[in-house]
Formats: sequence, structure tokens, C-alpha cells
Amino acid sequence: MTMKKVFSRPASLSKTPFHYCPGCDHGVIHRLVAEAIDELEVGDRTIGVAPVGCSVFAYDYFNFDFNQAAHGRAPAVATGIKRTRPDSIVFTYQGDGDLAAIGTAEIIHAANRGEKITVIFVNNAIYGMTGGQMAPTTLIGMKTQTSPYGRDASTAGNPIKMSEMIATLESPVYVTRVTINSVANLMKAKKAIYNAFKLQKEGKGFSFVEVVAICPTNWGKKPADSHKWLTENMLPVFPLGTFKDTLGVEKSA
Amino acid sequence: MSKWVINESLCKGCGICIARCPLKILAYADHLTPKGVYPAAITDEAKCTSCAICARSCPDVAIEIYKEEK
Repeated sequence: MTMKKVFSRPASLSKTPFHYCPGCDHGVIHRLVAEAIDELEVGDRTIGVAPVGCSVFAYDYFNFDFNQAAHGRAPAVATGIKRTRPDSIVFTYQGDGDLAAIGTAEIIHAANRGEKITVIFVNNAIYGMTGGQMAPTTLIGMKTQTSPYGRDASTAGNPIKMSEMIATLESPVYVTRVTINSVANLMKAKKAIYNAFKLQKEGKGFSFVEVVAICPTNWGKKPADSHKWLTENMLPVFPLGTFKDTLGVEKSA
Repeated sequence: MSKWVINESLCKGCGICIARCPLKILAYADHLTPKGVYPAAITDEAKCTSCAICARSCPDVAIEIYKEEK
């Protein structure tokens, strides 16, 4: 009897073992990006831009070209790459500490200029790499290293909703928020990432995919419990859905 | 050839595949890998339907799934 392969590592994902903590969602999101690149057959002309944060070493994990930008500046670097090499598929891969804190200006203006790049934004409501400090996306009442009594809106403000903010701009063509807390949602996330890259391949414009993710280590929870916590606490604050789809890519697919 | 193949050197023992398997036929193995983790293992491969929920959920892409061709 012959065996048919149902699932294995995508070609664009390198064989290097991830340095991420056990259960970290970065691995799955890396895989979804690699699968989208493979399915669109653009691996030979893709250039990624890694952020500062846990995914700073993302260049080790993909079999296509990669750059690594200064903290928060990935959209600016991606702008430069895309403008000098317009045939390339350029994307940034950023966390919430990188994109929503130090890099807010870069992302807002790259989106507003309608740069023809794709942004994968991983939001886990905490700074992971530096040891679990409060991020702009940290939930109200959430305990972190720098908010030991829970985040207080009167001194630290409220969680920033980047997707909603970027969707208010005119230029972006696709802004969506997904999660990977179950396989059903993971398949929707895969579709969203595919759509974002498809739009860029067609030369349409700025696409933004926010992935609500877990950080088991800094949340102090087991990976399976973290996904439950995400569903119960993060999703009410960061509702899933597509905020902007100017060209109707979701309907046409 | 088996339907469920794990690369134990990649497994970090996070247990997401064990929690998500709809048939509950995954469990921790009773041996340690060189990294010092108890990797995931399949307990009853005959029951496996090759749905690949475990493999798609694996953050370290350590699992490969095969299906018998009819």
C-alpha cells in the first residue's frame, strides 16, 4: 500500500529548529507565511523584514531573502526595498512591542502612503523577548512585569487597536484580524495571509494582517490554557474580522 | 510506513497536539529527547484518520502526516 503525504513542512520554511519557547504561536504563523509564499510561487522574489522582538531571528527560518530592521522601523525598510525592487514581494513581520509602540509612526505612515507591502502583525499583548513588560496592547487589569497590579487605564491608557486604526486610513486595501486559537481559526488565518500576499503579487497596495497570539512563558500559562485565556480575554477586546477589503479579495477567492 | 511521523529533535513538548487531537490518541512519550523534553507520541495509530489537526497546530512543524492511498 502506498502512502500519500497529507502534511509536511513547506518548502519556504528552512529546517532550522525555532528558538521560540514551547507552544509559541510564532512557529505556526511562520509556517502560514511560508505556505502562502509557496502557494503563490513567489519564493524566488520574496524579501522579508524582521523586527526587533522574539522574531528578530526570523531570517534563519525562511528559505528566501530576509532583512532585519531597527526597532519599529521594519515598514520604513520595507518601503525602501519595495521602491528599489518593485517586482519583489516585500513583507514585514512584527510584534506588538515593535509595531504598536516604538514603530507606530512608521506603520501608520507606510499604511497611509499605501506602500505595496504586506504586514504580518503578531499581537500577544505583551513584550515577549525582554521578559514580559506591558505593551500598548496589554489588556486592562492584565498583570505584567511593569504593571504588577494590573494595567490601569488612568495612568497607562487603553489597549491600542491597530487594525481598527489602520482601517480608518484611505490607502490600505486589506486590513484584517485573525487568530490561531483553534484549527478552524488557523485555516481562516492562513486564508487571510494568502489574500494579503495575493494582493501584493497583483500590485494592489498595502495589506495588513493582525494575528492575535499567545505568549505562554510571559503569561505564565501552559500553551493549551493560553489559547483558552486568549479566547476568553483577548478576543472581546480585539474582535476578529475584516475591517477593510477595498477590492473584495475575500469574496473573489 | 506510518501515518504519523514526528521529528523528536524539533518537539518541545508543549502539548498542543495532545490537547487538540479529536480522537485523544496522542500522549507524552515515556522517554526523554536529547533536549530534555518528553516528546508527543501516538498511542493507537490504527485509529488515526490523518486529519492533520495535530500537525497544523504544531508550533515547531515537527509532525508529518501520511494517508493510505486507495
